[in-house]
Amino acid sequence: MFRDALLVAGKDLRIEWRSRVALGQVAPFALLVLVLFGFALDAERPALLRFAGGLFWVTVLLSLLLAVQRAYAIESADGAIDGLRRSGIEPASVFLGKTAAVSIQIAVLEVLLGIGIVVLYDARVESPVLLVTAGAAAAVGAAAAGTLYGALAAGTRARETILPILLLPVLAPVLIGATRAFGDALGATAVDGWAWTGLLAAFAALYVAFGTLAFGVLLEEW
Amino acid sequence: MNETTGSTATTGSRATRVLGLACLVGLGILGVFAFGISPEDARIEEVSGETVGQGDLVRIMYVHVPMAILSYAFLSLCAVGSAMVLWRRSRWWDHVAHGAGEIGTLFCGITLVTGMIWGRPTWGTWWEWGDVRLVTTLVLFLLFVGYLSLRRVPGDPELVARRAAVVALLGVLMIPIVNRSVEWWENRTLHQQSTLTEMRIEDWTLFTLMLGFLVFTLVGAWMLVHRFRVAWLEGELERSGLDAAISERRAEALSGVEAAIARPGGGAGPAREVP
Repeated sequence: MFRDALLVAGKDLRIEWRSRVALGQVAPFALLVLVLFGFALDAERPALLRFAGGLFWVTVLLSLLLAVQRAYAIESADGAIDGLRRSGIEPASVFLGKTAAVSIQIAVLEVLLGIGIVVLYDARVESPVLLVTAGAAAAVGAAAAGTLYGALAAGTRARETILPILLLPVLAPVLIGATRAFGDALGATAVDGWAWTGLLAAFAALYVAFGTLAFGVLLEEW
Repeated sequence: MNETTGSTATTGSRATRVLGLACLVGLGILGVFAFGISPEDARIEEVSGETVGQGDLVRIMYVHVPMAILSYAFLSLCAVGSAMVLWRRSRWWDHVAHGAGEIGTLFCGITLVTGMIWGRPTWGTWWEWGDVRLVTTLVLFLLFVGYLSLRRVPGDPELVARRAAVVALLGVLMIPIVNRSVEWWENRTLHQQSTLTEMRIEDWTLFTLMLGFLVFTLVGAWMLVHRFRVAWLEGELERSGLDAAISERRAEALSGVEAAIARPGGGAGPAREVP
């Protein structure tokens, strides 16, 4: 199962690498959102510094929508999904592979945005270990939920509009948890960031488990 | 209230008419109790002798509390129905889940609105971010708005049913996580702890609250029955429409063949008018 998942993840990442859509369009979009937040908050240093974690994560979630839509657009083009379905790869492996590919893209994006908030918002990292752990847990959780709801939306005729309305409320705990953990790691809020990272990990575990079980139902539909 | 012109074109039956009548009478009685018989909330504090309590504001609780409990009940029913759809692929349960999801979302919305109306004079604000239950309920409401909009996207009914079932199950699974995260997020709650324990049992307030619960349960059940029947008829209509279209096409093809056979000497001649 995991070998097949690696195959699927490798395939998705190769397509992304060769087409440069994620790097060429999603990453600039994310940086653009960071700049817009700077304008919206009147470029006020203390405010930007205080809300850096929250702004970072809102940007990640918005970019996640694009990444997930992209992950399914490559399948529906040229009927690629039929090939995937007939390849004999288990739905669970497809789910795990796609989740891994989206997680890695989100992780790369987080690194870029991390540099962005340090440069643009003057954020300082006080606890790098916490920052990386929370970032990784949130990336996996958000990617798993995104992959699951992306498959749900991909089968419908209104996929572009239905995905945000389904996915964003579900990601509310990820936004809350990751913002708090980052607040701790950046020294902006006095909370226990590790407890929040635990919540993020629980969220990720729940969605990976549910997706592995339920993906078979969804895969036959699109 | 279900009367329409044709005898077959109604989702009412004798039982639902009785139920609907009971709802109307119950709502009337509830109004009398809520605004007339039940007292305003005022207690004399033993130490200071001051009057405390919510005054007339307590009356909105006769709607708010039953709606909140019933919205959770209906959304749970939606989850049960969704599980049955995935397990048994049952059309019956799909209609139950759909109806319960709609009614649960509606009641959830009423809970939020009545809560805000109550919160404005009590807390001095329409919206209180520090309240865990309030924020959790809003996220739940938004989750199920997404569920209902997914249901509205046209497509093969069986696929729509299964897809919606997964969303509903995930939505209900999310409740504890959302609740926990919001609770940690604020680490405090303004919400009324269960006030029921404070009240004396002879209070008309408690009776009115229970009456409200009973009446709104009946209203919800009445809505669910009708919603189920409408959904069922819609499904039947879709199917009969498809059957009719197929038989029409078949008849067309057959009459074409018959005309060709009846035609003397093949294609030439008067049969040309046919197209």
